[in-house]
Amino acid sequence: MTAWIPWKIARKELKVISRKKSIIFYTVGLPLLIAVAFSIVVRDQIAHGIPTTISLGAESIIYIFVVLSTVLPSTIAAYSIVGEKVEKTLEPLLATPTTDGEILLGKSIASFLPPILSAWLGASIFMAVSDYILYNGGLGYYYFPNWNAGVMLLILAPLAAILSIEVAVIASSRVSDVRGANQIAGLMFIPFVVVFFAGAEGLFAFSVANLLIFSSIVMIADIILFFLSKATFRREEILTKWK
Amino acid sequence: MIEAQNLTRKFGDLTAVDNLTLRVDKGEVFGFLGPNGAGKTTTVRMLCCLISKTSGKAKIGDYQIGNQEDALKIRKIIGLVPDNVGLYESLTAYENLDYYGTLYRRSDSQRKESNEYFLKLLGLWEKRDALAGTFSKGMKQKLAIARALVHDPEVLFMDEPTANLDPEASKAVRDFILDLKKEKKTIFINTHNLDEAQRICDRIGILNTRLMAVGTPEELERSIHGRKTVIQLRKMTDAILDSLKKLYVKNIVKVGNQLTVDVVNPEEENPDMINAIVAAGGRIETVTVTSSSLEDAYLKLVKENVP
Repeated sequence: MTAWIPWKIARKELKVISRKKSIIFYTVGLPLLIAVAFSIVVRDQIAHGIPTTISLGAESIIYIFVVLSTVLPSTIAAYSIVGEKVEKTLEPLLATPTTDGEILLGKSIASFLPPILSAWLGASIFMAVSDYILYNGGLGYYYFPNWNAGVMLLILAPLAAILSIEVAVIASSRVSDVRGANQIAGLMFIPFVVVFFAGAEGLFAFSVANLLIFSSIVMIADIILFFLSKATFRREEILTKWK
Repeated sequence: MIEAQNLTRKFGDLTAVDNLTLRVDKGEVFGFLGPNGAGKTTTVRMLCCLISKTSGKAKIGDYQIGNQEDALKIRKIIGLVPDNVGLYESLTAYENLDYYGTLYRRSDSQRKESNEYFLKLLGLWEKRDALAGTFSKGMKQKLAIARALVHDPEVLFMDEPTANLDPEASKAVRDFILDLKKEKKTIFINTHNLDEAQRICDRIGILNTRLMAVGTPEELERSIHGRKTVIQLRKMTDAILDSLKKLYVKNIVKVGNQLTVDVVNPEEENPDMINAIVAAGGRIETVTVTSSSLEDAYLKLVKENVP
């Protein structure tokens, strides 16, 4: 594998994505919308004083950005791979001396960067606004950043995004339309939503230790799916069976 | 440059390409003619290492098809213009070429030079910053050809390069292929267009799952039907027919006062036939030599060899 080729592929993908308004709106708009919406919720909540459950509430909201990290990349990854076939660009691409690994890595980088940056941007806006509101609302100290948010955003969210991309790659090798690949890959958000509700019900504490254990499990799944996604990307099958 | 020996590809029970054996020399323009489903695209995909072979051997230059290590080397020395142009429509013409130049590991300066060269050569330089999606079919086809050439490949595979193009765009693409021919590039063209094959190709292979015939356009025409001499007489008599039968003519068809005679070498045979007719008291109004066309040859071979 030539190291810079995946970056060049990713750069091209990002250029294409940047010209697809619907994807940009979805990828950038959704985290920002959530940041603004939950900032308003925090403002309304503290109108009656600082709640005692602030820790759980604030961490849950940060965790929503982790869930977003599983949802957003699948759209780009599915478009990036199935889109090549749909737009008939895959055959000339596969005729170049580019390896499957370079193509998949390039597309994965392009699928990873915009959603994770958007999720971080959204979370940062939420944390900054929440800090401002909470500090001035009488908390007396800045709640964010904290270790829990750090682990969620810097470790768990990227690993979750990678998981979503790998599932999208596998789904893309099996279906022939973007929507189908996106729907299958989108299912990856389910385990993360289960954890969210487990947290809300008090069955799972968003502590650093728990989050690191959860991150480790996701990382193991990432490694398994990496090999699986590489094995399932069969260029010949894609060329001859996709119509 | 391209060699195939008993190259076969099966999809389950369906044999797409059956025992294909052929050789294309360096600098040759080779045309593959055949109906839909004849295996033309499958052959190109095998030769471009996009799909595997079921059996047989093939090589491009010194590299073997089917060998994983050689596959990347083959892809470095070939260019492919697929039947669907497959351009990134949301990228500009320049970006499309530049991206492929990158994938072929060309340096920045090489890419800049070749992008400009091909865009100017194909009359697309002024449109270099326009999105490929806004191009006409002819412009897209030209851009797809340029894309296949950015790395200066030794072999160019073109799958139906003028399909769906209007006559003007087809001519422009054909003219460009003829220019490439002058540069001694080895070109392998899949086409339905007999006229195009005849004009461009040094040799033609007629494929219908199996390779039915291969040769120059002239050889194919001659090998199928040979040539005919049509003699229009003032009046037909038995004496004239008898006089011709005494000669070495192969087949005579009489329709009214017209005789159609199969000939191998009309320049030598016609004077003898004319002398015989005149000696038998015949009066000749016209003598015409006709050849069977490549189309005749193609249709005969394809109809006779339905797999």
